[in-house]
Amino acid sequence: MSEPILSPDTGETAAERTRRLVERGLRRRYRAERRFQAYGIAAISIGLLFIGLLFTSILSSGWTIFTQTYVQLDIEYSPEELGLPENPTVEDLGLADYQALVRVAIRERFPDVEGRANLRELYGLVSSGAQFELRDRAMAKPSLIGKRETLWVPADDRVDQLVKGKIDREEPEDRRGVSDQAVAWIDALTADGRLERRFNRTFFTTGDSREPEQAGVWGAVVGSFLTLVVTLLLSFPIGVAAAVYLEEFAPKNRITDFIEVNINNLAAVPSIVFGLLGLAVFIQLFGLPRSAPLVGGLVLTLMTLPTIIIASRAALKGVPPSIREAALGMGASEVQTVAHHVLPRAMPGMLTGAIIGMARALGESAPLLMIGMVAFIVDIPGGFRDPSTVLPVQVYLWADSPERAFLERTSGAILVLLGFLLLMNATAVVLRQRFERRW
Amino acid sequence: MANGSSPATRPVSGPGSGSLERSEGVRRTVGDFTVPDPVMVCREVDVHYGDKHAIRKVSLDIANNEVIAMIGPSGCGKSTFLRCLNRLNDTIPTARVTGSISLEGRDIYDKRQDVVQLRARVGMVFQKPNPFPKSVYENVAYGPRIHGLAADRTELDEIVQTSLKRAGLWEEVKDRLDQPGTALSGGQQQRLCIARTIAVNPGVILMDEPCSALDPIATARIEDLIDELRQNYAICIVTHSMQQAARVSQRTAYFHLGDLIEVGPTDLIFTNPRHKLTEDYITGRFG
Repeated sequence: MSEPILSPDTGETAAERTRRLVERGLRRRYRAERRFQAYGIAAISIGLLFIGLLFTSILSSGWTIFTQTYVQLDIEYSPEELGLPENPTVEDLGLADYQALVRVAIRERFPDVEGRANLRELYGLVSSGAQFELRDRAMAKPSLIGKRETLWVPADDRVDQLVKGKIDREEPEDRRGVSDQAVAWIDALTADGRLERRFNRTFFTTGDSREPEQAGVWGAVVGSFLTLVVTLLLSFPIGVAAAVYLEEFAPKNRITDFIEVNINNLAAVPSIVFGLLGLAVFIQLFGLPRSAPLVGGLVLTLMTLPTIIIASRAALKGVPPSIREAALGMGASEVQTVAHHVLPRAMPGMLTGAIIGMARALGESAPLLMIGMVAFIVDIPGGFRDPSTVLPVQVYLWADSPERAFLERTSGAILVLLGFLLLMNATAVVLRQRFERRW
Repeated sequence: MANGSSPATRPVSGPGSGSLERSEGVRRTVGDFTVPDPVMVCREVDVHYGDKHAIRKVSLDIANNEVIAMIGPSGCGKSTFLRCLNRLNDTIPTARVTGSISLEGRDIYDKRQDVVQLRARVGMVFQKPNPFPKSVYENVAYGPRIHGLAADRTELDEIVQTSLKRAGLWEEVKDRLDQPGTALSGGQQQRLCIARTIAVNPGVILMDEPCSALDPIATARIEDLIDELRQNYAICIVTHSMQQAARVSQRTAYFHLGDLIEVGPTDLIFTNPRHKLTEDYITGRFG
């Protein structure tokens, strides 16, 4: 078959012309594709860079939280120093002056120190929490009275910071916060092997404290856990049920349109507004306790619901209609169709929505401000009505404290918060995969 | 879901729009649409999708132990008509069905008629194989289970086995009943869907282009199966393939732009069509 000659000058056929033009365009197309991919790679790299920066900065200032400086003391539980009467009762043991034992033990090591100011500084090397530790030991085992034992007690936070190198020894004395004399004592104790960094159990097992070396994150972890339990138990079933009704059963009319618009708007409402609502409704109207995980969970439920509803509706919309038709065609009722076929298919998507909502709830502090969860709470909450705080609030409280050691604790609490988040998301991912595996 | 006059809040692109011009007025059906002992009787059925008049005054009887093929160009309303027979159009909020359709003498659009009950008696096989994302066994057992047809596990096993056997699938899947139905080949999936449908022993089986997504070998198997199933069921099949209609059906109904143009015994329709439109269609002048 002869091809028509288009241009008499070049003698090019139509097919050749097409090929030439396509080839010319191809180069440009490939260039555009490469450029487009490069943009994507650049975006991901920048994202990774910043995540790397975030983790480096938190880890570098927070990893030392795993250890804490301890001082070894030879404690003699002498009844005279404790000021105990003959045959002390448990109550006497509770009221005794254990600080005196600590003082005696330190002076034993540094007998040359004279003068009230110097002595106070010397005593200040040991955490004021040491006396409570001694009291607890004595009360648990009254036979200790009159005996001697060697104990590791926490050092003061300034000692800790100096040992960890967070306080610069080269700095002038007046700006350092630790006197030259104290540095000498610390060095002497270290040389004796009586000053050591050991695993920081306190941080992971206790509640907040004014003293950094006694402050722990566990109270906030338990508070966050209880709050999120309430949030999850309420927001997931309510959110899924609302989504199922709106998506599968509700008549399509102005009222449902109105509800839909409002749910979408609620997802964008600043979270502090939910705190105000919670204060007005749950605390003032219903009279629930302040600072309680129960109320915190209710407030965060309000905040999380729109996210879960929107994600669940999207998941339900994504279920292919052929499945619905198959079930309806078999004579399944609408509820059976939804319960047996649509919901299982939509479950992974719903769980994703729940993860996003719960992650947001975990990191939220503003709405909890309004219901009194931003409070200095020492005790570890034992239930849903106990006063408690949550991890982000704890981070905020510590970041606000002047002591240098609290900076370390802030980063430590952020690490714990991130760990909590990872654990939560990992659980959700496992759950989601289990649902997905059921075809 | 309410059937009837719910307002049109979302557009539905239902069948009904063809490339050919719609003539005004209702065409009278050529041929005899009645049969001596009908299982389903449809009289003057109209379907509207919102403003669109998808089916106009269609009257047709469906007989026992017979395959009736519905043919016609795209958008002629044959699928819409099929979906009226088990009230699957109810799921489309804008769809409105008028006229009367009765199953064994009872109006299926009657208020007292339960849709679940109806769909257990009028089963449906869809164009695209749509097994549930569950195991082969669960797919077949689903219908008997929700309708409470089996007293115990042994009886259910038996129903599953006989249904798969009648659908000609048993030999292929008997060793992998616990595997997902979606992992079967297209033709096997469609036979699984048929097995699922006959597991509840319906009186009527509706098939909406059941072979359009299958290769010729799988199609041939399904066609053989349809021919076998005819012994026990009334079967309505919508198809785009006139060869298929000629092969499997005893009666053929030709739809055109919402009108039922001609009904008659298949051999007569294909050899000696009485209506001009039918003749044009089966001779390939359009469609």
